[in-house]
Amino acid sequence: MRHMAILVDANTHVLVQGITGRQGAFHTRAMLRYGTRVEAGVTPGKGGQSVEGVPVYDSVEEALANHPSINTSLIMVPAAYAADAVYEALDNGIKLVVIITEHVPVHDTLKFVRYASLQGARVIGPNCPGVITPGAAKVGIMPGHIFKQGGVGIVSRSGTLTYEIAYAVTLKGLGQSTCVGIGGDPVVGMDFIEVLEMFRKDPGTEAVVLIGEIGGDMEERAAAYIRETNYPKPVVAYIAGRTAPPEKRMGHAGAIISMGAGDAESKVKALTAAGVYVASTPSEVAEKLSKLQGYSKINR
Amino acid sequence: MLGSSIKGERVQSVIVTPFTEIARELYLGFIVDRARRRPVMIASGEGGVDIEALAKMSPGNVLKLDVDPLTGLRDYQVRRAVGFMRLRDKAAEEAVKTLKSLYRLFTEMDCELAEINPLALTPEQRLVALDSKIILDDNALFRHREFTRPSSGSGLEEEARRLGFSAVELDGDIGIIGNGAGLTMATMDMVKLKGGSPANFLDVGGGAAEEVVDKAARLLLTHPRVKVLFVNILGGITRCDEVARGLVSAYKAVGHGKRVVVRLMGTNEEEGKKILRENGLLPYDSMEEAAEVAAGLAR
Repeated sequence: MRHMAILVDANTHVLVQGITGRQGAFHTRAMLRYGTRVEAGVTPGKGGQSVEGVPVYDSVEEALANHPSINTSLIMVPAAYAADAVYEALDNGIKLVVIITEHVPVHDTLKFVRYASLQGARVIGPNCPGVITPGAAKVGIMPGHIFKQGGVGIVSRSGTLTYEIAYAVTLKGLGQSTCVGIGGDPVVGMDFIEVLEMFRKDPGTEAVVLIGEIGGDMEERAAAYIRETNYPKPVVAYIAGRTAPPEKRMGHAGAIISMGAGDAESKVKALTAAGVYVASTPSEVAEKLSKLQGYSKINR
Repeated sequence: MLGSSIKGERVQSVIVTPFTEIARELYLGFIVDRARRRPVMIASGEGGVDIEALAKMSPGNVLKLDVDPLTGLRDYQVRRAVGFMRLRDKAAEEAVKTLKSLYRLFTEMDCELAEINPLALTPEQRLVALDSKIILDDNALFRHREFTRPSSGSGLEEEARRLGFSAVELDGDIGIIGNGAGLTMATMDMVKLKGGSPANFLDVGGGAAEEVVDKAARLLLTHPRVKVLFVNILGGITRCDEVARGLVSAYKAVGHGKRVVVRLMGTNEEEGKKILRENGLLPYDSMEEAAEVAAGLAR
């Protein structure tokens, strides 16, 4: 088993905040089955119970006192309480907080993202599927069986579309180093550039897949970063929403072409100009990667 | 003017105010800046204009200041903006108050945007807000019960919203249900690429239960323009067995004469596929293949 990877690996010890909820319990079981070290859970008022054999505490402080190895928190509490859960994790010194919760008010996110950066902590999400390093740890809600250990790093604003593309990569006989779902909200913690920078330094990542969608300019900024840094690893992209009409929110709070900005065409153009191959279907991403892999192997 | 229609919106009420003599028009606003991940204050000595266009054309005329969301708008930032707008004495005092109040409104009411445009300076050095625009954060409405949502959008969009999922109506004949915004958009894009024409975008969201899928499927199966329903589900937090049960229930009730194409993968996939097969619906593994079939059936 590989021991080093970006964000989560075999040394990741997870706390699940909101573990007693229907989704919290379901995905705790799935993470345990995958081999993730889920050490403890927190639900205020439910301390003393257990979920799938994982002990539940009333507070993060108590959980950490009993399980000092915890270094990552997964937030699965309802949107109205998500911000409080994030602060509780950060105030107790947890340096990686992954927020699955959807519909978190954007002013809450602005605040805790800023707070985390002042604490030197990382926030992933909200409204994201989490992070998986195949064969090592799954901190999130993605179906584990479609992933396979390998050299393709995936960073994405989408959840299910990531599974689609990751599975296509797996079916091509390739695998993933780490997949990071950064979330579909207008404001999120880690962005494309931060994850690209981690993949750049990660010896386990040979190529990167960037999955974007309409709304904002995160893809354009990633394109500028790739061009300016002369990014050393091949990047293949897919952009969802080529058929989306303007001024309509397409499901994700962040997916909206607004005031003439944020359309797919602009993103495809910026990425292409930066030397990124932009695939027109999810399966084409995997096809392109398998050709790249072949090329790099021949040259090794 | 009452009862007339402007840009598709019916005029329901009219505000009558005294005529304001204008010496100069200004702009003041706060936005949630996605890229900077901060509230940003925008001020300009030139109001009544499209501020983004002005910022592009003559950036020197637009002041943009990052606000720390934790500590809020600082007095020095307010002074800087007031000076930038070339306001003095009484007008400066009023501008300080206006800026602070606007920021309070922006944060306390969970706004994505709060702007006064134009903010008029009268010959008597008074400030008058002549027009303003506010965009509220839908995700924060739970803590602002005072706001009721005006009904807007097409019938399908309205109905979908009442049922609790997000939908956008398009003009094609292939109904689309997906889970997750990205995958649902990719499904639309794929149908179009295969020569089909999507009738809508409908994201049942994460963790959609049986009755949610049932309602979504009924909504599209009863839509007069939908000939084929294409359901593309990749289960993470969503469970394929629940999706399958919901689909079967809707199909049996209102699916007569419509074609249904289902692509199912992920959490509890085998159970979901079994339920579909037992009820005469054929599940596909590949999104591309399913999209091709859906486009072909609609032809």
